[in-house]
Amino acid sequence: MRIVFDLNRCLGYAQCIPLAPDALKLNGEEAVMYDPNPDDSQRQQVLRAAASCPVQAIMVDFADKQEQKS
Amino acid sequence: MSTAALVTDVVTSFKANGRIVIVGASLAGLRAAEALRDEGFAGKLTLIGDEKQEPYDRPPLSKQVLKGWVPADHTLLPRSREIDAEWRLGVAATGLDRKTKNVRLANGDLVPYDRLLIATGVRSRPWFNKEEAKLKGLFTIRTSEDAGALQAALAAKPKRVLIIGAGFIGSEMASVCRELKLDVTVAERAAAPLIGALGGVIGKVAAEMQLDAGVDLRVGASVNRLEGDAKGQVRRAHLSDGTTLDVDVVVASLGSLRNVEWLEGAGLATGFWGVGCDAGCRAFDINGVVTDSIFVAGDIARAPHVLYEYQFMSAEHWDNAVFGARVAAHNMVSLEPERKPHLLVPQFWSGQFGVNIKGTGVQSFGDQVVITQGSVKERRFAAAYGKNGRIVGAVTFNHGKWLEYYTALIEKSAPFPPPPPGYDAPIDAKPLPAEFPAVGAATALPTVVLTGHDPTDRGAAFEPTRRR
Repeated sequence: MRIVFDLNRCLGYAQCIPLAPDALKLNGEEAVMYDPNPDDSQRQQVLRAAASCPVQAIMVDFADKQEQKS
Repeated sequence: MSTAALVTDVVTSFKANGRIVIVGASLAGLRAAEALRDEGFAGKLTLIGDEKQEPYDRPPLSKQVLKGWVPADHTLLPRSREIDAEWRLGVAATGLDRKTKNVRLANGDLVPYDRLLIATGVRSRPWFNKEEAKLKGLFTIRTSEDAGALQAALAAKPKRVLIIGAGFIGSEMASVCRELKLDVTVAERAAAPLIGALGGVIGKVAAEMQLDAGVDLRVGASVNRLEGDAKGQVRRAHLSDGTTLDVDVVVASLGSLRNVEWLEGAGLATGFWGVGCDAGCRAFDINGVVTDSIFVAGDIARAPHVLYEYQFMSAEHWDNAVFGARVAAHNMVSLEPERKPHLLVPQFWSGQFGVNIKGTGVQSFGDQVVITQGSVKERRFAAAYGKNGRIVGAVTFNHGKWLEYYTALIEKSAPFPPPPPGYDAPIDAKPLPAEFPAVGAATALPTVVLTGHDPTDRGAAFEPTRRR
């Protein structure tokens, strides 16, 4: 799957990190490091992490979102 | 048919049957294509890109990818929708004919357009010595291919890495080297890392971060010569301070060059800083006349900005590509008065040495800086930049939640020093000279640059002033 963080918008609340710990990491106190193309097995975790973001800074590929709905 | 109805008819027909060509298939090109479809453009859409890979994100290359956590070809950008475009990847555009409205490709093909978006961005500045540039072990970083090659070299555990240039990317790479427990030397010609973008006061903080992390930081030092062995592998660097270093990997992080060469002879306002355009992304021709069918977005665009005395501004920022692409796309399929301006308060981020550095506004436009919140010692602070009693930029170190506060102040040209935010204010908040290097001084250029009012390329055809 494909994601991208808008790191201008990201304010470092780090709500996302524990929801998808294999794809998202914190480097220091507020710098997010992420896997832009996590394995499909990560989809549920990553979608939950994206939904949890208070400022909606995580963009998920539209195709990955559609699979969620179906 | 009335004139108004005729114009509406032209727009409707263009949206249904027009041909739009986007040259540059990276972040700006992709987002523009998506925005064009969102705007209802149903005609033929072509994306041209010189790299073989489909659009990918570059910021992770100097961080996650170099560290070896994410493979270099795993930064493909998510799509917001289907774009139903013809992709011409792996073939560069080499020319533009505005008379016949064709883009010429490296393989000789001509791609006709009704409207064109220029989004060819920048490339990394190569090592200045052409012979030395051929050495194995010498890298630059811009593409995923570059990042993959450099990552492999770092994974092979070199004895010492030399990074030339301590701008944001050079500093991020030095941080990764330390995280990988590699010995690394950073050579920076100016007095501190990040000085071109953030000035000497904040640059000093950046220098301390590097030293604390164990970087062998050499400021005021340039690299005069690189030396290779019989196999053409780089082995030694000769520095301007008279020292030599034994190195296996050298990264030239010397900033970027704008990809304008393919536009030579097209009569557009191109030059060192990119392609001049209006705040609505419409390209200027060489005489400063706005074109109707050519638009510019991303790193290569250079447009006047109302917040900064209408100086032309160019910004190699992620935001600038995304928002510029959207505005360009909207204006490509809209007429006055529906056209929109791309007037962004520029923002950037950089993760290095465990610190999240974020910026807003144009720091280097200021001549004073004041620490407004937090503690420099703890590397958790905000600083504001001012000029003539107005706030023009701000930077935060591990203090990103406050960036919006400063952006709002910059948007309304609030007084400098700014009103205290009423939270976490340092005891001694006195404005200091920001210590930016003089224009033209030898250091990395900031990623957001005000380029003055004058065209850099004086090719205008002046009207003869004849008296009769």
